[in-house]
Amino acid sequence: MTQACITIKKMTMAYGDFIIQRDLDFKINQGDIFVIMGGSGCGKSTLMMHLIGMIVPSKGDIYYGKENLWGSNASNQRLLLNKTGVLFQSGALLSSMTLGENIALPIAEHTELNKKNIQEIVDYKLSLVGLAGFSDFYPSEISGGMQKRAGLARAMALDPEILFFDEPSAGLDPISSKLLDDLILSLRDNLNATIVMVTHELASIFAIGSNSVFLDPESKTMIAEGDPKKLLKTSQDERVIKFLSRSKKK
Amino acid sequence: MSFYGNWTTGSFSSGVEELLLRLDNHPKIKKLTFSTKKLDDWDSFFMAQLILIMDFAKRKKITIDTKSLPKGIQGLLELAYSVPEREGARKQKKKTSWIELIGNSLLSAKVELKNLVTFLGDLIQSSFSLIKGTGRFRFVDLMTYIQDCGPASLPIVSLISFLVGLILAFVGALQLSLFGAQMYLADLVGLGMTREMGALMVGIIMAGRTGASYAAQIGTMNVNSEIDALKTMGFNPMEFLVMPRMLALILVMPLLCLYADFMGMLGGAAVAIGLFDISSTEYWTRTELAVQLKDVLVGLFKASIFGILIAYSGCIRGMQCGRSASAVGDAATSAVVTGIIFIVISDSLITILFNQLGI
Repeated sequence: MTQACITIKKMTMAYGDFIIQRDLDFKINQGDIFVIMGGSGCGKSTLMMHLIGMIVPSKGDIYYGKENLWGSNASNQRLLLNKTGVLFQSGALLSSMTLGENIALPIAEHTELNKKNIQEIVDYKLSLVGLAGFSDFYPSEISGGMQKRAGLARAMALDPEILFFDEPSAGLDPISSKLLDDLILSLRDNLNATIVMVTHELASIFAIGSNSVFLDPESKTMIAEGDPKKLLKTSQDERVIKFLSRSKKK
Repeated sequence: MSFYGNWTTGSFSSGVEELLLRLDNHPKIKKLTFSTKKLDDWDSFFMAQLILIMDFAKRKKITIDTKSLPKGIQGLLELAYSVPEREGARKQKKKTSWIELIGNSLLSAKVELKNLVTFLGDLIQSSFSLIKGTGRFRFVDLMTYIQDCGPASLPIVSLISFLVGLILAFVGALQLSLFGAQMYLADLVGLGMTREMGALMVGIIMAGRTGASYAAQIGTMNVNSEIDALKTMGFNPMEFLVMPRMLALILVMPLLCLYADFMGMLGGAAVAIGLFDISSTEYWTRTELAVQLKDVLVGLFKASIFGILIAYSGCIRGMQCGRSASAVGDAATSAVVTGIIFIVISDSLITILFNQLGI
């Protein structure tokens, strides 16, 4: 069960000469709900962009299982990345297409299914996120929370082994945010997926996070890792405790 | 230090600065206390003045006793001083010398050139995969773009090319009538429109209309992370977004150009028949004699090239777009500017080339 799913080795992220984070070294295990946390501007989203192969690390490596993401050729990299699904902060649905077309897009691209079968899968995915019947709506016709859920349906379209979430609960009311947490938990349990999420929503972090890494913008590196609940109890680092307990107390 | 009366925004000038100047001349002052018993009303104006005094005191190492201030003011002061100003956070305003300016613009021109060439390379690669049949985009997208830049732009193309034909005829007629050669009006308008003005006007219209819209569409997709999402799903944005747009323009531009040629001749005819007493049969016969298929083809060739350039400049500006609302506006503007520059330059080159080749 504790097989490493993604391994990050001595990675440095930088824009040109400007270093964002250095010496990142951690593992994301199969079945984890892995939280990337830290204050605003510390490079959480940038780290996620690195993990999904959108940005090349300026130093160090990312391994998917035993394969180096940037050590192989483009088609092999594509195969590795096909195991992933990504939900962007805004949902990032293509605004010129209906929800159904959005979800059908990756399915049509990566499988040989016919139209009817694709539509069946689309309907099923939409019903998983509580949007059954919304197939013909355009993203602009539904609310922000619904867009996010539709984005999740699209991220799940190809039954990915690893799901990435960029601030899933940002901009959602507490109830929708709780529902999304529950959804993430049940996805992990029922699809046996690994979840990686960028968030600073404490409620979510403690409710569902099982492993984490804490990025610090001042020292530009990770200063803690592990189960966030245990971190709160055992961490000696003031910055981590301050973040996790929302207080200024030492 | 005692405060009297109303200290609210816009009530009066405080005189605090003069007071501080005067305090500056009394180095013996070691402590400041405030009295606000007669202070009636206060808002951010008062706070700003108070902070001015506090900062002054800090610089002069004067102790300040804030305990006599009302609770609300004390709380606000504490809040204002709770997070110290980050060093270097204030942006330095510095003057750049003109040499530096020239250097900077040269450096950015180099980057810009590199971007243009990289984009061109990607574009050529995508064209190859399209020809090989591995390039992927949605057919319905191509149809939408064709509809959008073809039939939907007919009204503006009609108007502009009709009027350009009319202007050509007017300007030409005045000169030709000096020699009594109004008969050649049809030749002038016909050749002018088919070889040059038809393609050029359609190019400029489409750069403003379609080029800008491409840049804005793709730019907004960039702002919404839609392009990132496409990439994570394994799509090449070059094939998926740029190719159908470019194909649409390549297909539609020659047709629009042909249409513009015809409308221009119609405009010329209106002037010739209406004002210079040339009969319509005469006009069309002269046109038929003067304009050869070759001339029309030259115009259509130019139009296709312009189509590629418009799509190229629209799409590259969209893909380069930053992640804010104003960046989308800038992208659209710069798409039009780049497009028109490309059109005019390539038009000159093609014209010179054809002239040399005798086409």
